[in-house]
Amino acid sequence: MVRRIDAIEKVTGAAIYAEDIFLPDMIYAVPLFAPHPHAKIISIDTAKAKVVRGVVGIFTASDVPGELRTGGVVQDHYIFAKDVTRYSGDVVAMIAAETLEAAREARDKVDIKFEPLPALFSPVDAMKPGAPKIHPERENNICCHYPVRHGDTDAGFKKSDKIIEREYKTQHVEHAYLEPEGCVAIANADGSVTVRGGMQHPFTAQKFTARATGLPVNKVQIIQTTLGGGFGGKDDTISIICARAAIITLKTKRPVKIIYTREESVRESYKRHPFHVKFKAGVTKDGKLQALEANIVADAGAYCSTSPFVIWRPTVQCTGPYIYPNVKCDSYAVYTNNTFTGAMRGFGSPQINFAIESFIDELAAEINADPIEFRRKNFFTQGCTTHTGQKFDNHKVAIAEVVNAALEKFDWNEKFGKCSRGAPDANGNYYGIGMACSYRGVSLGHEGKDFCAAIIKITPDAKVELEVGVAENCQGLKTVMANICAKELGVEVEKIIYKDVDTLSVPDSCPTVASRGTLVGGNAVIDAVRQIKEKMAPVAKNIGAHSSFEDIVSACHSMNIELHALGTWQGPPVSWEETTGQGNAYFTYVYGCQVVELEVEGKSGKVRVKKMLGAHDMGKAINPEMAKGQIFGGMVMGMGFGLKEEIIHKEGVIQNLNFDKYRIVTSAEVPEMEALIVENRDPAGPWGAKALGEPVNELMGGAIANALYYATGVRFRETPIKAETIRTALSLRRSISD
Amino acid sequence: MKLYINNIHYESKANADETLLNVLRNELHLTGTKRGCDIGLCGTCTVLINGQVKRACKVKLSQLKETDKILTIEGMAANGKLHPIQEAFIEANAIQCGFCTPGMVLATKVLLDKNPKPTRDEIKRALQGNLCRCTGYQQIFDAVELVARKLNK
Ligand code: FES
Ligand code: FES
Repeated sequence: MVRRIDAIEKVTGAAIYAEDIFLPDMIYAVPLFAPHPHAKIISIDTAKAKVVRGVVGIFTASDVPGELRTGGVVQDHYIFAKDVTRYSGDVVAMIAAETLEAAREARDKVDIKFEPLPALFSPVDAMKPGAPKIHPERENNICCHYPVRHGDTDAGFKKSDKIIEREYKTQHVEHAYLEPEGCVAIANADGSVTVRGGMQHPFTAQKFTARATGLPVNKVQIIQTTLGGGFGGKDDTISIICARAAIITLKTKRPVKIIYTREESVRESYKRHPFHVKFKAGVTKDGKLQALEANIVADAGAYCSTSPFVIWRPTVQCTGPYIYPNVKCDSYAVYTNNTFTGAMRGFGSPQINFAIESFIDELAAEINADPIEFRRKNFFTQGCTTHTGQKFDNHKVAIAEVVNAALEKFDWNEKFGKCSRGAPDANGNYYGIGMACSYRGVSLGHEGKDFCAAIIKITPDAKVELEVGVAENCQGLKTVMANICAKELGVEVEKIIYKDVDTLSVPDSCPTVASRGTLVGGNAVIDAVRQIKEKMAPVAKNIGAHSSFEDIVSACHSMNIELHALGTWQGPPVSWEETTGQGNAYFTYVYGCQVVELEVEGKSGKVRVKKMLGAHDMGKAINPEMAKGQIFGGMVMGMGFGLKEEIIHKEGVIQNLNFDKYRIVTSAEVPEMEALIVENRDPAGPWGAKALGEPVNELMGGAIANALYYATGVRFRETPIKAETIRTALSLRRSISD
Repeated sequence: MKLYINNIHYESKANADETLLNVLRNELHLTGTKRGCDIGLCGTCTVLINGQVKRACKVKLSQLKETDKILTIEGMAANGKLHPIQEAFIEANAIQCGFCTPGMVLATKVLLDKNPKPTRDEIKRALQGNLCRCTGYQQIFDAVELVARKLNK
């Protein structure tokens, strides 16, 4: 059995997370938030706050030595709000003090005078001509737009027997990593700065910090502490917090600790984009899809963050794993004064897949077809061409395979026959099952350059030091990398000493997002091992065939042969034509299917999920137990998305800032789960492995909506589908039929 | 006041209205007890007081007696050997980010002390005050069942 290499420190409480760092002479800083989501700041009076005992300094936009604005794609995000606030999580000032209590006390005494500006809380309003502009330097509030033009949809609709239009909506979702944001920054004697903290991508933190402090990148060292969950959410916000911490430590020359409370974390950090999807499809009587028009509008909130990527992926995947010969798609992300939105596990796909998979079942119902047979008739096949004009011939197109595997294991046919379909049992309850399936581009695709580096150093006593440019995001990446390294090198895994990412030592390897860690990191490790082996081979030959790894290493050492290698990996080419949305968007794809069985209590509308199953083709599972853990965790998070989780904004202000009002799935609610690993090795992956972290989180919403339909006969087109909504719909139907 | 934690005597200088969580973490630097919400709802700060599950963020020093026996995650492994519950968590792959793990391990201990052969439903109910965002809980349940089997042998 392969064990996690960080398990012992975690299970004994010894693992060091950001809040666990204590340094002599350390000060604490807390954020002061915008008094209003969209306002002109007239003055910030700190006189009363400054005299609170223990206060060291109050920092605002005027204390930023470098660039005030930052961002990964577009630099529109203010490190400190200056002149104007754009959402309620904007930080106007940080208050630093000898103790946390003093900093908080002083925060309450800062007096901000402001004048409210007209605010926009819905993308529809923000897109109206003449709407006030959230970023005055831009032409309008449209943050980005991606089109796809493929074939001729009008011709496709003409060929169709039925044309069906539907709309679907999804909500703001909080990542809810259990560890809120935190970091500690230290100004070094040589003018450089070191920041230790819980971030998913140390290189973003390094770039943001260098930009804001005006320091060159090589004067900013970022060291990742153990990360208490990320799910895509610990990139922009924590990087901005690191930048603020660096500014404060450089000014005060004292170590600074910033640890967010849950409320501060939920208020400032980005959420999953709410989507509004409009679909129009044409289908023939015999169940062949002819044309699809899709319009996707996402709420970007106040800042761009990763919005262009988050809407590009669902644009590429807007058909689901089905062939539509004619497709027209337009996706927009729109600025509003809501909390900004960005990367969250799935990257736009949980939203679009909820819409796609609900819609496919609705289409099947419209032509009286079985939803599974209808899917099978239209599935991607080996060698097919998708709506972006990409030919799928370089990997196994496994959609039919994963769906078959999932349904068979689930006893779909038998259970499907038992669904209540709107007719409750004697107790007034309903039973239903539902499924959803998808294809998904692996890694960044056209979103960014795909590169990864790994460094291997073998010490004279034959210990293998390994450092990989992608970061541990709790998914067990270190373990997988160490295992690949050990096996390729032919040594026991105990010999591997895994070094945490240090931005001054390993080259920038692009974010550990898009479920790319295993694939890109593994390939870089394999490349480094290859080089080490090449150095060792002649020596091994000299000292004899039966010499051990230790012997060869010590022989190399005495011959002054350095066993040190920098392995790299560069992604295969991808292409994208911006105006028509045509191209080879990703270099390979994965396939998945999830199924759910549930009961609805008629009186209350309460849903009891009885069973969930996930079948995923991940190329190859390097560590099957950890892969199953990803599937279970992803399905449960997907269940929360489908049934209960929602960040509620009221006039731009979040109403549920902690777990009392933002409820995630508890142990009492999770059903029995099964994970099926399907392995079609991919030529591009290390040992054939592809990706898993996100596909597992993108299907449960649609599966649940479909199961609710086969249970109650009611179609729910908006997530989360809460008990109140179900209860209302059922009682409405009862009153109509009475 | 004096505190008796993991069979060791500690002295805290904190105010009586300070929370046990702040004392453990900030004063005594027993940082295995985590802070996830500070309102008693996530369970990452779980400690045992006289064998009962308590959320350290909701316990004030003034509510404690000097004779109370406090157990934190740091007291689970004895003499450099993991507690069987800790071993089972590793073996069943019940750990991802690890932030919920100390609380889960301690909550499991109370469950098994009271009920050595819990059913899956009993496990689910016993752990419902401990949130986990990573694992989907299933491998945590497996870990609890695994250690229950081992301890009952
Ligand atoms: S920190 Fe105490 S329960 Fe969450
Ligand atoms: S392992 Fe991350 S919260 Fe449980």
